[in-house]
Amino acid sequence: MSAQTVAKATRQPKPAAKAANRRLKASLLAMTIPFFALVILFNYVPLLGWAIVFFDYFPGKSLLAHDPVGWKHFIRMATDETFLRALRNTLVLSFLGLVIAPAPMILALLLNEVKSLPFRKFVQTLSSFPNFISWIIVYYVFFSFFSVDDGLLNSMLLKLGWIGHPTDILANSSAAWVFQTLVGLWKGVGWGAIIYLAALSGIDQELYEAARVDGAGRLREAWHISLPGMMPTFVVLFVLGIGNLLSGAGFEQIFTFMNPMVKDHLEIIDTYVYFNGLQSLNFSYATAIGVARSIVSIALLVLANYVSRLATGRSIL
Amino acid sequence: MLRAISQKGFDVGNIVFLSVLVLLTSYPFYYILINSVSVPARILSAPAFLLPKGFTWVNYEQIFTKNDLIGPFFVSLSRAVVGTFLTLAGSSMLAYGLTKKQLPFRRTMYFGVIFTMYISVGLIPNYILMSELHLLDTYWVYVLPGIVNAFFLVLIKTYFEQLPIALEEAAMLEGAGVFTIFRKIVLPLSKPILATVAIFSAVGQWNSWVDNLYYVTNSKWMTLQLLLLNYIQSQSYNLRDAAALSTMESAISVTPQSLRMGITVLVIAPIFLVYPFLQKYFVKGIMLGAVKG
Repeated sequence: MSAQTVAKATRQPKPAAKAANRRLKASLLAMTIPFFALVILFNYVPLLGWAIVFFDYFPGKSLLAHDPVGWKHFIRMATDETFLRALRNTLVLSFLGLVIAPAPMILALLLNEVKSLPFRKFVQTLSSFPNFISWIIVYYVFFSFFSVDDGLLNSMLLKLGWIGHPTDILANSSAAWVFQTLVGLWKGVGWGAIIYLAALSGIDQELYEAARVDGAGRLREAWHISLPGMMPTFVVLFVLGIGNLLSGAGFEQIFTFMNPMVKDHLEIIDTYVYFNGLQSLNFSYATAIGVARSIVSIALLVLANYVSRLATGRSIL
Repeated sequence: MLRAISQKGFDVGNIVFLSVLVLLTSYPFYYILINSVSVPARILSAPAFLLPKGFTWVNYEQIFTKNDLIGPFFVSLSRAVVGTFLTLAGSSMLAYGLTKKQLPFRRTMYFGVIFTMYISVGLIPNYILMSELHLLDTYWVYVLPGIVNAFFLVLIKTYFEQLPIALEEAAMLEGAGVFTIFRKIVLPLSKPILATVAIFSAVGQWNSWVDNLYYVTNSKWMTLQLLLLNYIQSQSYNLRDAAALSTMESAISVTPQSLRMGITVLVIAPIFLVYPFLQKYFVKGIMLGAVKG
């Protein structure tokens, strides 16, 4: 406390207290309103842009100058083969993502069994590192290992004589879904495990001691104590995953890994919207897809949350 | 006895498995590092995979003397600094206000922020907004939209709520205003959470390139990440030019792939250097978020 503020301190009579309260409110508002205005501006104002789904909007022209076109863009979406393919790819990639969702939990259980603390820290640190680098670097890492021209794998296998000619997994469309799922696993599993380890560290140690007294082995401990301890975290992430069903593997991953050879299997809604909207300037059509996607996503999230509340009594919303 | 043996077997198997995992996630980075310092001509036919083949800084010399990399490097660095500062200031001020019951419309505002985590406006409406605000092709598009981040706000607000209220009340009795209390009492007491958010934000800014792809075509504001993507995906004409140039100028030639490896190392380096110290903050932050979220 500076001398100045101490000097200012006075005992305040009642009417002054009211004034002070008003002043407090005013300064609190002054502190929050500018930033809340930014929240409105960047998150809610663009929702007005959804209006363009009923027009053939072209940038530079006022919305009122366009003729309304009704549900045209939604109908196109429902009948456009390339969009439906993107939808399929998105759902497949999301589904594969949900299939491997328990992987970080298993890793956390395995890490939890490691007695040497330094080794555990070592594994945690190095396995979660890929989570903190950009998708572009991830792409280059895989490129440098799997590319035809100068990839390590092809040049080694060729040298050993195991293969006659280089294979290009990055351009193999029949392997694309599984490959991208594994790439996602590589980037995320270590960090995911850390989140579950955090959940594990919250478990009361007495539970383990009691179990040991009852003669439980490590497998039983893991099954009856550790796993249930991680379930709430798993449920939260799984529900959010359902809400993100229409994201597929995500724009950044797919955009970096996409090439003409695998486009049929990797194009997802996000990349489809980008190419149709910003590249081909079909603003209204791309927005219609975005609107449909947002509405379905929210519905899925609410539904998944509802099911989880019925089944586990946990609500995340 | 049998049980002890199977225990032992499990322990050994577990350690082997985890070691393989560590190898899978860390060797690729090592591979890129050793090749970036290998003599380019010697890794043309077969890349180095245990130790560098020869040793040279020529790739890095090339990178640092190439003008088109300096600008993007500073753009990315600057977003990490400026963006993080603005995010810390904005998210913490709004969070602080939201902890005070005297703030009018407190619940509405809080809900308004939280709800942004679940809505997705979509690319085109955002693009139109940036265009209307004349933020397209400006540096500000990188830092303004992220000033208030709902996830960060939740983390910070949760922390503020745990602080002892007595200090603030004492200061208020002495006539200190809200801003003074916030700046002189609340912020200094909240260093751990502010550090956490700062790290999240700085790493996010450094890695960010999608906003560059969507909103910025002016090469003046090109980020290092997107430039690297261009180098990888295109047939890297720039890099080939540089390579051709260097063959003329020096005895050791530089190849596009060895240059790419060098750039990759430089892009990862800042994160790699701070990462070991910061991991505990990440974990703490995510735990706080999980408890609240």
